[in-house]
Amino acid sequence: MVDLAEAPARHFHVKVPPGLLLAVAVLAFVLLAAFVPALLTGHDPITGVPAERLHGPSLHHLFGTDETGRDVYARVIHGASLSLRATAIAVLVALLAGSALGLLAGFRGGWADTAIMRVVDVFLAIPPILLSLALVTALGFGTTNVAIAVGIANLASFARVMRAEVLRVRNGVFVEAARASGVRWSGVLLRHVLPNAAGPVLALATLTLGTAVLEVSALSFLGFGATPPTPEWGSLVAGGRSFLATAWWMTTFPGLTVAAVVLAANRLSRALDGGDR
Amino acid sequence: MTLLRITDLAVSYQAVPAVRDVGFDVGEGEVVAVVGESGSGKSTTAHAAIGLLPRGGRVDGGAITFDGRDLLRLSDKQWRGVRGREIALVPQDPAVSLNPVHRIGDQVAEVLRIHGLAERRTASLQAIELLERAGVPSPELRARQYPHQLSGGLRQRVLIAAALAGRPKLIIADEPTSALDVTVQRRILDHLTSLAADSGTAILLITHDLGVAADRASRIVVLSQGSVVEEGSSVVSAPTHPYTRQLLAAAPSMSSALRPAAPPAEPLVSVRDLAKTFDGGIRAVDGVSFDIPRGQTLALVGESGSGKSTTARMVLRLETPSAGTVEFDGRDITALPGGDLRRLRRRMQIVYQNPYASLNPKFSIEDVVAEPLRAFGVPDRRARVSELLEQVALPSSVARRKPAELSGGQRQRVAIARALALKPDLVVCDEPVSALDVSVQAQILRLLADLQSSMGLSYLFISHDLAVVRQLADHVGVMREGTLVELGPAAQVLAEPESEYTKELLAAIPGSRMRNGLSTTGR
Amino acid sequence: MRRYLLRRFGQAVFVLWAAFTLSFLILYLLPGDAVSAKLASGEAGSSATPEQLAAARAEYGLDSPLPVQYLKRLVSALHGDFGRSVATGDDASHMVVTALPPTLAVTGLALVFAVLFGGGSAFLGTFTRFRWLRQALLSLPSLAISLPPFWVGLLLIQFFSFRLRLLPALGTQGFETIILPAVTLALPTGAIIGQVLAKSLATQQEEPYAEIAATKGASRWRVHFGHLLRNAAVPALTVAGVVAGNLVAGSVITETVFSRDGVGRITAAAVTAQDVPVVQAVIVLAALVFVALNLLVDLLYPLLDPRIARTPEVARG
Repeated sequence: MVDLAEAPARHFHVKVPPGLLLAVAVLAFVLLAAFVPALLTGHDPITGVPAERLHGPSLHHLFGTDETGRDVYARVIHGASLSLRATAIAVLVALLAGSALGLLAGFRGGWADTAIMRVVDVFLAIPPILLSLALVTALGFGTTNVAIAVGIANLASFARVMRAEVLRVRNGVFVEAARASGVRWSGVLLRHVLPNAAGPVLALATLTLGTAVLEVSALSFLGFGATPPTPEWGSLVAGGRSFLATAWWMTTFPGLTVAAVVLAANRLSRALDGGDR
Repeated sequence: MTLLRITDLAVSYQAVPAVRDVGFDVGEGEVVAVVGESGSGKSTTAHAAIGLLPRGGRVDGGAITFDGRDLLRLSDKQWRGVRGREIALVPQDPAVSLNPVHRIGDQVAEVLRIHGLAERRTASLQAIELLERAGVPSPELRARQYPHQLSGGLRQRVLIAAALAGRPKLIIADEPTSALDVTVQRRILDHLTSLAADSGTAILLITHDLGVAADRASRIVVLSQGSVVEEGSSVVSAPTHPYTRQLLAAAPSMSSALRPAAPPAEPLVSVRDLAKTFDGGIRAVDGVSFDIPRGQTLALVGESGSGKSTTARMVLRLETPSAGTVEFDGRDITALPGGDLRRLRRRMQIVYQNPYASLNPKFSIEDVVAEPLRAFGVPDRRARVSELLEQVALPSSVARRKPAELSGGQRQRVAIARALALKPDLVVCDEPVSALDVSVQAQILRLLADLQSSMGLSYLFISHDLAVVRQLADHVGVMREGTLVELGPAAQVLAEPESEYTKELLAAIPGSRMRNGLSTTGR
Repeated sequence: MRRYLLRRFGQAVFVLWAAFTLSFLILYLLPGDAVSAKLASGEAGSSATPEQLAAARAEYGLDSPLPVQYLKRLVSALHGDFGRSVATGDDASHMVVTALPPTLAVTGLALVFAVLFGGGSAFLGTFTRFRWLRQALLSLPSLAISLPPFWVGLLLIQFFSFRLRLLPALGTQGFETIILPAVTLALPTGAIIGQVLAKSLATQQEEPYAEIAATKGASRWRVHFGHLLRNAAVPALTVAGVVAGNLVAGSVITETVFSRDGVGRITAAAVTAQDVPVVQAVIVLAALVFVALNLLVDLLYPLLDPRIARTPEVARG
């Protein structure tokens, strides 16, 4: 075989970049906090020690204490469960509803495509934060409602990406080749289109993880999330606002946590998208 | 006088050597061709000579002297004085080599402006003059237009005008016509070489096509896997290196024997007055009629846009005809409904041009080949797949691999195996070898011929290349702008064509000097 | 060209109509009576009698069937009337429009900052030949996009107002008060513009025409600025239109953080009070801003890229 020699060698990236490793570590830590917060802190997140009001960060209180003497670190750790649950709901709503719409539009084509994509255009024309505010107005306050609202507000991009992927794969030569060999449309959809379209959609899902953390915490910051004293990352930052001049740690550390989680999710998304350089 | 001298050049991409010990000269006003298959290092050598290696590329050793200067020691600023003014480049793909948002005239004039050869006003006037010299009709109008308003051939003329603008001593032409139709190809190359001859400009012609090199160059340098294997003025007439001989043998030349005349046979496919009108009223195919005799090959030949692929797709009912009929094995399939059509797919299959796109990247080779079998519920698929892989001369070890791990030629074999899986009667081959290197091309064509005789297949073979068609065709149809201009036995159409267009196509095939066995000295 | 414009304009009108309809469906339909109860209680105190409720429902037009309600509201909306605020009793659209100037001042400056930040980091990041600088500049946007804006705002206050005492922390009066909110808004906006432009410039760098420009003897700056930027600008402009449309919505956060008056403050208050007419007016306004910006962008495309909106005249060569 002459042409065996020209077979391209495959390059495997055995080395995981340190940034990606850190990102995975951050996400693992936050997941741990969400499921077993007691493992990571011994302080009570709800009742404070009045004698220790507004103490700065120390070894005993890593993130300092708030105006009622509660440990900010403990509140951040215990807040992970609510904030992450809301994020997960939001991403799932966006992923499932959006992909289903995109799949339908891309695969059916014709008027279904036109109708769905017009609606999606409208979703994109209303800024996501405003759309979720409108939904919260209608659905009422609370973490779950905020999560659903953020999910719906973000479904449009899933619909778009899914549709684009379906169309790209569907018009691919290898799909026509499958059809020309007598494969039914259902087989084409299940064995060719979905597996090839899944990659970009999953990358978008991780990216939306970051966006959802941001938007959920923004709505919680505005006061539409859980009712106090239940800790939530956004409301923790809001709670520290009045003490900005005296107790910088009350806003800085919860916000830093949000930023770290979003950065980690975005880094992971980049790795999944194959955009690693 | 030597103008460009390359000695012991070594270039690598991220420590992977691409070019080793390459050396040759180009004299003033001389035309030298560098010939090689993909991966031979010909393009890398050309880019090293103009100081623009792709990212990650590095010159590891050797020397490039031009007009007495060592190019490898030039500063960025000195290089800018050389590029465009002393060495210019005519690129491979005119479709993407012009800036889409700048006017044609400005892009030609840019060279003059950069090198201070003209003022803004005079530059645009000179640009029009240059366009005219490069054979662009109504140059005043074209100068004001944008690249997307020009055809591929015109764009290449614009790029030639830009290359000549700085009156360089050397033009590097990197596969200047491989993206164009043969008839356009010939006119462009004629024009380029005569303009260069007029101005005493030397040309370094980079090409994969030994025929083009033989026609145009006074000397040929043959590259293989990054090294020079042979060089001189008699490379084609008296090759000394086995690789050159192999390349010559593989070249689909017009001298290779035609098939013996085919005996009369019943038609498997009968096409009558087939037509296809796309949205917007474009008639892609107009009134085409032909038969494909059982066990024989009908080749449809034409340049891009001639409607040959659309015709083939209508035969397979991948496209629905606007008018006319397609009969398969005596049965009218023009309006066959979905279910019957699917069953019919057992008997007719297709091999596509691009083996990179036609295989699902997520599938293993075994899954790819087994897919038609699965679609029709054929049992014992694994055994059948290894049988098929053997038939297309692939080792059974490829079954577990993904398409990305295979070379282009291997992938095309996989695609052929998939097409044969259901033991079809008809295989449509849509430019099956045009994405492959010549030596691989020859192998695939031989494989197709062997399979035809052992399995009694009928082929509808689509190609833009009359030379490729020669080895496989029993009958040839020549298409132009949607109509069949000539149809007949291969011997007749290829040897004694009746239509002017077929004659033009035949004359445009590069390598006439190779065929006539002339020595390749002088221009 | 005229057909292109007409089509774009038609799409803009459609999006506005659809935004109104979507917000109607969400706000008036979703939980049904929860909102109408809120409407009634907002008018008449927390303990409304059934008679008061009915009166309020009639007053807000909630007693008629949905299609009738929808048509009535659509016709009023066309006249700029979105009903009266439940919380204050003022005309909803009037409230929103009078709050617009301070918001536009901040968002306008934010857009300038965003283009400077995004465009600058992308252009220099893809131009520089120093690897470390390239990586630093090109990772700025992905950092900026990950920071929660409400937190960034508070950090800026802490640093520039409390620590350095350079700029005021709060308030609506004076130019100094718009700088920090504008920076806060500009970071995520500029980051998206920067990411898209950098990607697009990197793609254009690989295009053969860039190499051809270099073979003519053009300097790197000439290639980058003269050839690549204009080709790369189209996707960046598209996304700039989208994110600029989001700036008004972003002011919900910044105006809360910086205690500024404006549309954002009104929106936050309206959501808190479940003040449906005001929320709807804000949504339609945001869609209007979005649509206007995108129309502007559509008008700019043909100036950047001659291939858009012209009929091709391909000749044979």
